[in-house]
Amino acid sequence: MTALRVRDLSVRFDGAGGRSLTAVAGVDLDVPSGQVVGLVGESGSGKSTLARALVGLVPITGGSVELDGRPLDQRTKGRRRVQMVFQDPYASLDPRMTIGETVGEVVAAAGRVPRATRAAEVERLLELVALDPAHSRRLPRELSGGQRQRAAIARALAAQPDVLLADEITSALDVSVQGAILNLIRDLQRRLGLTVLFISHNLSVVRYVSDAVAVMYLGKIVETGPVDHVIADPQHPYTRMLLDAVPRLGAATRPGPAGADGDVADPHHPPTGCRFHPRCPVGPLVDPTRRLCVTESPDDGASRRRHRSACHFAEPAPASQLTKVAKQASEVG
Amino acid sequence: MPGRRPLAAALRTPTGATAAVVLAGLLFLAAFAPAIWGAEARHVDVAHLLEGSSGRHPLGTDNLGRDVLARLLVATRQSLGLAVLAVLVATLIGVPLGALPAVLGRRAGRIVNAVIDFAVAFPALLLAIFVAIVAGVGAQSAVLAIGIAGAPSAARLTQTLAASIAGSDYVAAARLAGVPRRRLLLRHVLPNIGEPLILNLTLAVGGALLAMSGLSFLGLGVQAPAYDWGRMLNEGLERVYVSPAAALGPGTAVVIAGLAFNGLGEALAQVVSTRPVHGGRRRDAGHPVDEPAPVAVGDEAPVLTVSRLSVHIPTAAGEITPVREISFTVSRGEIVGIVGESGSGKSLTAMAVGRLLAAPAYATAARLEFLGADLRAKPTRTLRRLLGTSRAVVFQDPATTLNPSLTVGRQLTEVSEVHQRMPRREARLRAVSRLRSVRIPSPERRLRQYPHQLSGGMRQRAMIAMGLMGEPQLIIADEPTSALDVTVQQQILRLLRQVNEDTGAAALLITHDIAVVAETCRRVLVMYAGRIVEELDVRTLCERPAHPYTRALIASVPDMATDRDSPLATIAGRPPQPAEIPDGCGFAARCAFATERCRAERPPLLPLAPGQSAACWHPRTEPLPALTDAVSA
Repeated sequence: MTALRVRDLSVRFDGAGGRSLTAVAGVDLDVPSGQVVGLVGESGSGKSTLARALVGLVPITGGSVELDGRPLDQRTKGRRRVQMVFQDPYASLDPRMTIGETVGEVVAAAGRVPRATRAAEVERLLELVALDPAHSRRLPRELSGGQRQRAAIARALAAQPDVLLADEITSALDVSVQGAILNLIRDLQRRLGLTVLFISHNLSVVRYVSDAVAVMYLGKIVETGPVDHVIADPQHPYTRMLLDAVPRLGAATRPGPAGADGDVADPHHPPTGCRFHPRCPVGPLVDPTRRLCVTESPDDGASRRRHRSACHFAEPAPASQLTKVAKQASEVG
Repeated sequence: MPGRRPLAAALRTPTGATAAVVLAGLLFLAAFAPAIWGAEARHVDVAHLLEGSSGRHPLGTDNLGRDVLARLLVATRQSLGLAVLAVLVATLIGVPLGALPAVLGRRAGRIVNAVIDFAVAFPALLLAIFVAIVAGVGAQSAVLAIGIAGAPSAARLTQTLAASIAGSDYVAAARLAGVPRRRLLLRHVLPNIGEPLILNLTLAVGGALLAMSGLSFLGLGVQAPAYDWGRMLNEGLERVYVSPAAALGPGTAVVIAGLAFNGLGEALAQVVSTRPVHGGRRRDAGHPVDEPAPVAVGDEAPVLTVSRLSVHIPTAAGEITPVREISFTVSRGEIVGIVGESGSGKSLTAMAVGRLLAAPAYATAARLEFLGADLRAKPTRTLRRLLGTSRAVVFQDPATTLNPSLTVGRQLTEVSEVHQRMPRREARLRAVSRLRSVRIPSPERRLRQYPHQLSGGMRQRAMIAMGLMGEPQLIIADEPTSALDVTVQQQILRLLRQVNEDTGAAALLITHDIAVVAETCRRVLVMYAGRIVEELDVRTLCERPAHPYTRALIASVPDMATDRDSPLATIAGRPPQPAEIPDGCGFAARCAFATERCRAERPPLLPLAPGQSAACWHPRTEPLPALTDAVSA
């Protein structure tokens, strides 16, 4: 069963002077029920815009978002089924409201708990994220970064969401606190069966919390699959580049491959064909015969390649994935 | 640090203090002048009509022989009171109008915004005069007129403030959770814009006072027998050539009141807009500590010698010392990493070493030498030139350290032109070659561009190129890659190493990421609660770190080999605040191996093995198991 199903989703921003920008360009993404899907990519890849579009903070230009087979409508009154935890817990909590008020407000808005037991519900939620319920009377500035992020998670859980979007939730925290927040997310996911879309630029973090991973580059998903498979056998050169860039203890800086010094292309003018080709270490930059990358989009036929890789030169998918694709196609058809 | 109490901080500036004293005086007059001088102001004396200034009547008398000075003082209440009323009217109309777009839907909000835009564009004084004439002559209609004329700017102010709050993450989060719009406005938006709104509206009283006096002066405002400063100015002006004091008095009063309000506003704006930036006022790393401590000198002469360096910051609650007596050296061509969490003192250390501490922070040290020059001394021209050409600094956020209004080229060539007295053309050629050496494509074109036209990674390279304009012997890099993506981070670290190899420049790399340090540096200093708790070479860091904190730091960061089925190791508790650092080991409260001795007695940094020192009573000796597996795998 698929909890969150995104098909051909596009988000376009119309800038001044006709400079429109397609931040999300036809994304297909599945977040299966009870699983954590990691979404990795660099800044400018569109991963945060995708998350904001899923919760309705940014209008969708095209495509569909379904939750358990029904179109997701975040605008209806009552319970919002997709909730989001933001990157910076210093900005995502109202500085003038106590933690208890912030969480309680959402409990009230969700309307699932009778007024009399709301205080108890707030206490339960704070305990769920391992915050001392006594903190409910404190203002955000009296808490540490890690405690604030726990409070922000409690607020998201207060709406009793089916899907939780976690947008870079550890990148504003100190390293010694990051681990505790990651443990909490895994623990919550296991205990509550939460479905989570975990967005991060840090592959080691994504690897640690996710069951599956989707790699995003310039508004498109370029590779997706079970996290072990993708990391052990990356098919897209961009995934490989990301994996190489992860700093490791005990590994001196290695010389980079060709293209590694390139910048992310200007999203206002995405490159033709494969959007990664100006940086690609196996593309036309090093092998001039690979004109295909400049002229043809690798999106077509991605489902026939391993990890649905959007690379002309990725390996074909194993038989098991193909039958699954065929089955899904027949379900849709 | 400014921020939380802008008013208190503003009152400490000379402008703010003066303005506040004047305002307090005005308020006193408004409250008590009618009671004290009221009788005198009303006293009709037909024997002394329209007199010039004299001992008895410093500002003369009016056409009924009343003392002008007394009337001037008494009129303070009327003048200020009407101005306050006018601002209240403006607030009552403007604030709800400005807050409306935040609650309305997208389309209705746009319409309201358009209305506000139009109203703001309409000249306020013209509108005031128009309303005053339509509503009839008199104080009431003048107040109404100025209130209505001021409403658009109050609306605009509210709208701008509300829009910034409405765009914040916490409002987004509340909206996501289905919190109704009305509640969003009342609970989230209004309380958070209250303070700046009240402040700005208070300052608007100054403007309203001027406008009110203007209307009264024109005869559209306060009518006889009532009087305010504007009306008195009107009366006095008729005989300004005979007895100027009668006109100068009220005129001066209006000017002083206006200046006081504007001065306070000016001081507040200054306090709010000055943030402690690296480019701020600097204080020298002066103040020697008495007894010089022995310094370990390696086989190479060090580029940087630091001995017993402390950084002090005076605060309202007393002085804190976030960096405490740390000693280290950086040898020629060496890359040394300083790793620690926020609050460990690592960045302050870098700033102190670079003579970049922003006031009121200051450093003390037994020795602080850069290429043999004493950094504690008063900055001479030689020292400045040495720092300008031999030391490069790379900050975390290149977006804020490059001047947005100057081209990249201008900022690069400035270094050589100022410190090396290089002709502009030559400096430009050098800039091109430096940009090329940091692998910025088409450097000639980039030189003509402004910082915002460069990507984050590109800007960071430009910063490094700027450092290379001189002949750097030491590059201080404070979290140079924390704001960047992993692939760009790798590029910048690679570049740093390349520069180090090519030019022999030493580097001091400050970061919170122990893996970044391990990949880039030769030697690592681990800082915790203002002290160096372990100093070790990178190989030892990966294989056999001794301090429990170093080990915990390594274990708490997931890497590509972390076991996904077991929880990550965490460090319980939080680091001590600089004001509450305990007597014993700073890490004892969070350490699994801590004993009574750790809590009572501070462990000194002592050598354990070649290339390793630790400040710990119970240093760990077993190798790191998980990590050695990962490295060999």
